[in-house]
Amino acid sequence: MKKFKFIIALILFVQFGHAQKYFSKNAVLKFHSDSPMEKIEAVNSTASTVIDISSGKIEFAALNNAFVFEKALMQDHFNENYMESTKFPKTVFKGTIQDVSKLNLTATGTYKVMIQGDLMMHGVTKSVSVPAEFVVDSKGVHANAKFTVKCSDFDIKIPAVVKNNISNDVDITVKVDYNLLNL
Amino acid sequence: MWLYLGSSMLIAQEDLLSLLGKDANTYLTTASFKSTRIINSQSIENTAKGVLDIKIQHRFASIENGVSDFFGLDGASIRLGLEYGLSNRLMLGFGRSSLDKAIDGYFKYRILRQSFGKKQMPLSISIVSAIEIKTTPFSDTKRRNYFSSRMYYSYQLLVARKFSDGFSLQLMPTWVHRNLVKLESDHNDIVSLGVGFRQKLSKRSSLNLEYFYNLPNQLEANLYSPLSIGFDIETGGHVFQLHFSNASAMIYKGFITETPDRWSKGQIHFGFNISRVFTLSK
Repeated sequence: MKKFKFIIALILFVQFGHAQKYFSKNAVLKFHSDSPMEKIEAVNSTASTVIDISSGKIEFAALNNAFVFEKALMQDHFNENYMESTKFPKTVFKGTIQDVSKLNLTATGTYKVMIQGDLMMHGVTKSVSVPAEFVVDSKGVHANAKFTVKCSDFDIKIPAVVKNNISNDVDITVKVDYNLLNL
Repeated sequence: MWLYLGSSMLIAQEDLLSLLGKDANTYLTTASFKSTRIINSQSIENTAKGVLDIKIQHRFASIENGVSDFFGLDGASIRLGLEYGLSNRLMLGFGRSSLDKAIDGYFKYRILRQSFGKKQMPLSISIVSAIEIKTTPFSDTKRRNYFSSRMYYSYQLLVARKFSDGFSLQLMPTWVHRNLVKLESDHNDIVSLGVGFRQKLSKRSSLNLEYFYNLPNQLEANLYSPLSIGFDIETGGHVFQLHFSNASAMIYKGFITETPDRWSKGQIHFGFNISRVFTLSK
């Protein structure tokens, strides 16, 4: 009987140790593009993300039409003309935290890591490498990242007439408050 | 135990995001039409909250006379209009037409919005209520004329569905009430069943069609149902709508109940709407 209990405890321990995952359904993605004529900004605060600490895998998914713009017309055009959100509703990132062993989400501190993976957007998959920062404090686990995507890399065409209004480079800021995923 | 560990590793290899379950948000369908008009009639679209839409509309004379009046371009009738979104559901509009020197005011309210995600709604439904006032002098000055005789009331129900990225269909039963009609035997109330669609040709252009079938035995003789066909071209903040129609009025009482021209006689009018939006408040 004692042996049996030990095995159960071992299984639970193994399970716990291996399956430590963090998630958020309210990850905030900010979109910022500056051009000579116009500044375009949008926020998506309903992106989903999961980290599996044991493997270092990290994933994000965001619905394109959940990006809220300052001007309603910009939002319409973003979905209709650029992202084609009916055809490609989601933007997904699947990657790995490079030096996940450095990351200890149970101990207070700031950790700088590199995340490498595939960004799938507008029907195009491109590998990207993003520096990120994890901050663990009394309130929990927070993550920040900033990177730039080029519209031309994702087959998002900007017509000549609006070249001065819309920049090819878009800065993306990511901000997440992670929670422990209880399975 | 090995079996157990094996299966737990299998789970770990799966899509991590699937662990979070299904997306619990509702998303509204947008951009069923490019503008708040299909051609003459209102579309299911509203100007968003705090957005002002300035409309400049032209309708030319019929093309039937050919070169002598440059295919009707010599005879222009215009309407200048303003539309403003008080909320994302309620829009107000005003306009003035050169034809009949008419002024018009209306509101459009969204009752239902097509959506997907958690809450799925297959249709969008809006109502439009318009008052149109003719300001030209009364033709008969001897009889007693009332201000109310200048007034027309129109009510419209818009039922629309965006079937795909490119195709949207709208049904629009419309009721026009005319306070004053020419003859006692003429009907004050005209009911018309409208249908309109848009098919996108590219990301920024579309083919639009709009037809109003006036129920029989209502309209005076020699008046016909309006059929319009046009193109929308969108360039950033502007939408250009170019079209051909047998109607030349731009308000309900005009294009639904006062269209004497026919496509079959070559009485076709070229026209355009230009819409420019300004975000006034956020």
